[in-house]
Amino acid sequence: MSKRGGGALLSGLTWAIGLIFFFPVFWMVLTSFKQERDAYTDTPSLFFTPTLDQYSGVFDSGFWPYLGNSAFATFVSTLLVISLAIPAAYSLSIRPVKKTQDVLFFFISTKMLPVVAVILPLYIVSQQLALLDNIWFLIILFTAMNLPIAVWMLRSFMLEVPKEVLEAANVDGASTMKMMRQVLLPMVAPGVAATALICVIFAWNEFFFSVNLTASRAGTVPVFLVGFITSQGQFWAQLSAAATIASLPVIIAGWTAQKQLVRGLSMGAIK
Amino acid sequence: MATTTTPVTDRQAATGGPPKSQKQSGWSRRAPLLPALIFTIAITQAPFVLTIWYSLQSWNLVRPGSEQFVGFSNYVDVFQDSQFRGAALNTIIITGSCVVISLLLGLGLAILLDREFLGRGVVRTLLITPFLVMPVAGALLWKTTMFDPVYGIINWVLGPFGAGETDWVSQYPTISIVSALVWQWTPFMMLLLLAGLQSQSKDVLEAAAVDGASTFRTFVSVTLPHMRRFIELSVLLGAIYVVNTFDQIYMMTQGGPGTATSNLPFYIYQRAFLGFDVGQAAAMGVVVVVGTIIVATLALRLIFTSFVVEES
Repeated sequence: MSKRGGGALLSGLTWAIGLIFFFPVFWMVLTSFKQERDAYTDTPSLFFTPTLDQYSGVFDSGFWPYLGNSAFATFVSTLLVISLAIPAAYSLSIRPVKKTQDVLFFFISTKMLPVVAVILPLYIVSQQLALLDNIWFLIILFTAMNLPIAVWMLRSFMLEVPKEVLEAANVDGASTMKMMRQVLLPMVAPGVAATALICVIFAWNEFFFSVNLTASRAGTVPVFLVGFITSQGQFWAQLSAAATIASLPVIIAGWTAQKQLVRGLSMGAIK
Repeated sequence: MATTTTPVTDRQAATGGPPKSQKQSGWSRRAPLLPALIFTIAITQAPFVLTIWYSLQSWNLVRPGSEQFVGFSNYVDVFQDSQFRGAALNTIIITGSCVVISLLLGLGLAILLDREFLGRGVVRTLLITPFLVMPVAGALLWKTTMFDPVYGIINWVLGPFGAGETDWVSQYPTISIVSALVWQWTPFMMLLLLAGLQSQSKDVLEAAAVDGASTFRTFVSVTLPHMRRFIELSVLLGAIYVVNTFDQIYMMTQGGPGTATSNLPFYIYQRAFLGFDVGQAAAMGVVVVVGTIIVATLALRLIFTSFVVEES
């Protein structure tokens, strides 16, 4: 009896903490459906007449181009990352090069170095090449930012492919390319999807490069949010609507792929 | 579990390389790797070489032609710059407290979630959401709807305890920043540690129970040793990500009031893009990179030993 009671208590506690952690997000979504006067109340108001005014207000302030830039940069950079990372991961797992450990260490070490140390040359070079505020420059940086994670993650997926399967394909005389396409890729496809998802999350949420290297032409969603807070800082309901739209794609992606999330965040170190 | 390695262990592994006849096979092995490797070197390493070059110049970005080679004088200035030291200290405080608090909270939550109960999947989903919210949007929320002195939720909740109209972001800027960061990073720690707990062999736990070990005893002598590498991994990865914190500081305090919450990424950003001082900012970047390499090497060798060894 006491053990059961204790268990219920612990479950209740877990629920309570979960709700507390989620509350700011809940409040963001709730506020986004309020009129501004309902957002500013001495006692936080739970009941009000919901409105979509804030959402239409956000889209009227020119949100679409930024959403388009974010979607484009996220999609293209993820595509590039995956097409560079698959062969690299192959060279580090299935037919490993001699210095596999050194190469892996090099990739992870690029994640340890502070980005701020390279922002100046990136800014100055892009200015000289007229690439400032150019979405392709951002795409190249997003690709470099996600590539190490993708290599590590895909490698850990490829290590799981049973050797016998690949050997059997070799015995059958399949060429390397054919073997990759017909045997290996189908087996690691779920891993590729998980890796792509992680890249999407990081690229979509990226702020440092975007705010320093883009403006109105190539600006992404976080850049829009920053501009929005300077102009609309006093309008919480509208800010909440903008923040909700900005966060929604990644929240949905992350919810649907919780297991893969762990592997990506740990760079494939945890299965 | 994948592992990294020190150059030492690798050199041992590499002795007795393949004979020359395998040279061609070596290149066919290397070829698929090269595009990714060259790309990474070109985009992440080449700019850093430029940073080193800039750090030896006196150069104001808004005055073209002001470039002048000045040797190491930027470095002398950096080490005499008390604001730089302050930013370094803030970086340590913010990263340290965020990692420790998130780790403890994450461990607690992972243990709570490692039980069967009604709605476990839902609670896990709720708990990971803060990590998925765009950091810029999350920081925005904390600054406005949560921490606002008059209409913020925090003061409303703490009102009965005498919080009054505390202006959290100006009066307790570091606490505000760390709160927003802990909120974002606890789910990350929780997910990694939960994966660790669930990878425990059930047999060992049952054996401990059969032997009559108490829950606490089992946790200390069976679970914790098993969890060591997961805890190390969480701390290492958490530190790598959090040390680069920029979004929350940019959105919530702009490094202020004064320089109270200015960490190294934010301070260098300010020197570069608000002060236009290329040479100084570049020298700071170089110092930070060298510092990071020293800390990371020491940490990997001394503390995170389980992450380094275990060569397969």
